[in-house]
Amino acid sequence: MHIPDGFLDTRIWVGAGVLSAGAVAAAVAKTRKVLEDRQVPALGVMAAFIFAAQMVNFPVAGGTSGHLLGGALAAILLGPWSAGLILTTVLIIQMLFFYDGGLTALGANVLNMAVIAPWVAYGTCRLVSNLFRSSAGRTAAIFLASWMSVMAAALAASLEIAFSGTVPLKIVLPAMLGWHALIGIGEGLITVVVVSFVSRLWGLEQPEQKSVAGGEGL
Amino acid sequence: MNKKNLLWGLLVALAVAAFLSPFASPSPDGLERVAEDKGFLHLAEGKELIHALMPDYVFPGVASGGLATSLAGLVGTLLVFAAMYLLVRLVIRPKGSAGKGPSGKGHLN
Repeated sequence: MHIPDGFLDTRIWVGAGVLSAGAVAAAVAKTRKVLEDRQVPALGVMAAFIFAAQMVNFPVAGGTSGHLLGGALAAILLGPWSAGLILTTVLIIQMLFFYDGGLTALGANVLNMAVIAPWVAYGTCRLVSNLFRSSAGRTAAIFLASWMSVMAAALAASLEIAFSGTVPLKIVLPAMLGWHALIGIGEGLITVVVVSFVSRLWGLEQPEQKSVAGGEGL
Repeated sequence: MNKKNLLWGLLVALAVAAFLSPFASPSPDGLERVAEDKGFLHLAEGKELIHALMPDYVFPGVASGGLATSLAGLVGTLLVFAAMYLLVRLVIRPKGSAGKGPSGKGHLN
């Protein structure tokens, strides 16, 4: 869902850039308070994994593909603040070295995938896992959180593109949400598998008590 | 949360980049597909503002498409790891782990 240069008008990309700069500054300030030295490699590994996984497009339907976004994965395992820094780093490297996402669109891409996606995932996961306090409920929460994060990012991208005058909202929005409803299923499946694997590795029997339901995250 | 698990995590990321990325679906992703279908994909053509080293995740100067993708994936994965690590170290400058419990588990949360 990386927006290239050319889809957004100046007003929108400057506005999105200001918003995401503010969000990243807040994430820096927040993580400065809570992040510990020895947690740094985990952020690096998460960023590396999300970058690698984003390269692996999976087919969804009708000649369209999707790939993991990773905002939900990072937010659920490391908290939404760290997730914002992780996704921002991934997006900057993708833009600079691979031309995946435009330079002017970086602010919008950070807003959609590094800010909106992790926070929507985090909020959804907390809400649903508090409603259904069981292992199955936890799995459902992670799946739904991942799906919602992709839909929210697709909604934001549609608004940015439509408000730029590129294409009417009533045309771009249903198309974007339609495809990303399918892509979001892949996001949900991958995130559920990776979160359960990592949680087991960390030896936390009920990781939600620490990472999602119980705390502020990082 | 220990060093061994983190090393394994990085190796998994590198393996995904090296061995799975060549098998990625070449179909357009959601946004690209919508831009194609709704007739605004051309707006992005020739609008690149920077000259990326490995556009479309293809390592330059490698004849085989699969290998070029694998190499771009490996370089990118290491680059992202290094960038994230350095950015956090230099910009966030996290405090030492003193004052927290002795267990190595769960502190990441």
